[in-house]
Amino acid sequence: MFWTSYFLAVLAIVLAWPVPILLSRAQWPARSPFTAMLLWQAIALAGGLSMIGAMLVYGLEPVGDNLLAGLRSLAGMVLRNEPTTALGFWHIFALSAAALLSAHLVFTLLLTYYKIQRQRRRHRELLALLASPSADGARTMVISHDSPVAYCLPGGARSVTVLSDGLMAALEPDELRAVLIHENAHLSQRHHLLLWAFAAWRQALPWLPTTRLAQEAVNSLIEMLADDVALKTESKATLIKAIAIVASGSAGLSDAAAAPAARMGFGDAGTEADAGQPGATGGAGSAMTTASRVSRLLSPQPPLPEALRLGVLGACLLLLALPTALLIVPGLLG
Amino acid sequence: MASLGELERAVMDLLWAGQEAATANTLRDLLAQSTKAAGGSAGHEGKDLAVTTVLTVLSRLERKGLVERERGTRPHRYQAVSSRADHTAELMHEVLGSAPDREAVLARFIGSVSATEAETLRKLLDHS
Repeated sequence: MFWTSYFLAVLAIVLAWPVPILLSRAQWPARSPFTAMLLWQAIALAGGLSMIGAMLVYGLEPVGDNLLAGLRSLAGMVLRNEPTTALGFWHIFALSAAALLSAHLVFTLLLTYYKIQRQRRRHRELLALLASPSADGARTMVISHDSPVAYCLPGGARSVTVLSDGLMAALEPDELRAVLIHENAHLSQRHHLLLWAFAAWRQALPWLPTTRLAQEAVNSLIEMLADDVALKTESKATLIKAIAIVASGSAGLSDAAAAPAARMGFGDAGTEADAGQPGATGGAGSAMTTASRVSRLLSPQPPLPEALRLGVLGACLLLLALPTALLIVPGLLG
Repeated sequence: MASLGELERAVMDLLWAGQEAATANTLRDLLAQSTKAAGGSAGHEGKDLAVTTVLTVLSRLERKGLVERERGTRPHRYQAVSSRADHTAELMHEVLGSAPDREAVLARFIGSVSATEAETLRKLLDHS
């Protein structure tokens, strides 16, 4: 019981600090983005689970031999108003912290969901008035804007891909097809759910710098996954050209749009355009994403060997199984 | 009968095109004209749009913060809160800006790219 809480605490610290830093610096995720994506999810889930689990197990240590027995006697104390003298100050502190952290995580997840949904609804409302349906597909709309922009707005049956006039003018038909396939891959692989979860994870624990690393890694991995789908039908040269044209056409625009003073000044790519915005998700993070995407396409490396991939998958399973087993199995056996 | 969504779009187009605030009656007449000009589609069956329908559409648009009502006049006169260009700018600001949650709201083909980054990409493009 006692060593369980220490082990979980160590696991939580390892997963919160050194492991994400190592993974974010590793080169192999570009070779097998799907496997890397699973590993990030396993790290986040196992990290949260062991963080809360360690505090619970420590706090319940005096009143039960294992988590389940401890929870049962705690429930008895609360419900039947029995004295809690068995629990010292630090035990109560750990239990409260575990309860607060769990509530905080769930609440942030829901709040982030609500905020995202509200922004998407507003966006869809404006699109319905401003954009016109495209000839390229039922769920594609065109908005009249000069800079080359393509994006998808997830929303179940109302998901839509939006292209700008500027984009359609700048790209050849095959390049446009590559862009559409890329965006549709985001929608069909439900990438918005991953982005939501990791955005909430970062929002909930902003003081933990590795939550930012995780979010940036996930942002970059989903782009690689969508690129891989586009590469199944379109040539590598086409995709690279599409990326380069859209990127060079939209350079500086985002910075001008982000500066409150220059809100309407989309036209001028100012000299301070590459100043960057520290702390902003869209800033340096996604520029790195674009660079790593292109270099990955230009000098492709073989996918991770099967054995290594299976090894990583095994590590994912172990990460999830270990804290779960430590928390539950002793109670089932006892 | 056109759907509410189509009517909202048609009403906003009229309000954006017109210079002054308009009453529901004026809008109804303008909508009827444009339908006739479009050849009086079969779905319409020559039946005129009810003013109450236009009012419904206007109140929906008002709730969405797109239309405002002039107080104190009867009948009420409606006008667009901001121009079409301003709304397009708002939309693009959301797409191009770097709000923290932007990535979760919508997925762009290319994220924000700095000027230097774009220059590197342009060079790559020339050499490939």
